[in-house]
Amino acid sequence: MTIDWTHFTPWASLLGGVLLGIASAAFVLLNGRILGISGIVGGLFRPRPGDLGWRAAFLAGMLAAPFVYAAFLGPVEARIDAGWGAVIIAGLLVGVGTRYAAGCTSGHGVCGLSRMSPRSLVATLSFMLAGFVIVFLLRHVFA
Amino acid sequence: MIGHRVSEFAVGLLFGLGLILAGMTDPGKVIGFLDLFGAWDPSLALVMGGAIGVGIFAFAIARKRTTSFFGGAMHLPTRSDVDQRLIVGSLAFGAGWGLAGFCPGPAIVSMAAGQPKALLFFVAMMVGMGVFEVMERRRDSGKVMA
Repeated sequence: MTIDWTHFTPWASLLGGVLLGIASAAFVLLNGRILGISGIVGGLFRPRPGDLGWRAAFLAGMLAAPFVYAAFLGPVEARIDAGWGAVIIAGLLVGVGTRYAAGCTSGHGVCGLSRMSPRSLVATLSFMLAGFVIVFLLRHVFA
Repeated sequence: MIGHRVSEFAVGLLFGLGLILAGMTDPGKVIGFLDLFGAWDPSLALVMGGAIGVGIFAFAIARKRTTSFFGGAMHLPTRSDVDQRLIVGSLAFGAGWGLAGFCPGPAIVSMAAGQPKALLFFVAMMVGMGVFEVMERRRDSGKVMA
């Protein structure tokens, strides 16, 4: 293993992580809910009375984020190497997978581990393992 | 109620800004973290560490409360069993995450930033979630008939 020092951003990533933690903290303490993106989006498929407003408001805030970021800090960079077909397959896998698992990187990875949930620990280890294996296969076996 | 909506918007905004600052909205950076056997970028470990370092205190408080600060019910998960759906679902999610470098939150933010591939990913993700809903409804109606 070698460390990619040119792309390593310890302070920005730590600060970004702290912001994610503050947002998750605010959400659970104010709204009494887990800040999990797949659950917030997935819940739109089965709307219950009084359930749409908070989901829409939260998602609108997320959609505003790149504009606020661009206004003060600069453009949002993204290196997307995956082709169109791979993006479609990836989206389908993420959509189905996160709903069966009842959570993704935010709900299980941040909130679940913060509340020391055994289910979230298993979920996080599982999705990280699958991510490591797929990237290993794509970059070092089939490259 | 409008105050609640403003707070939810603000929390969504803060979360989105955190994702951008952390580098999570850059699939190249995410894959750099998942590439243990190449040139490894450990940044995302610090994202997780920073988030959990704050979250652990919030959830310790949340666990003891019966109502939220807004006075609503606490909707905290109660399950602790590990089943096949959790593991297989997470493995499928992780495979998709490694394939494109997007997980749900960053895909939404990147879509708003005008990335066409993020928009396509989001549409495919919604189709995937729709497939789950159809399967669940079939499963539920099957139970009723049985």
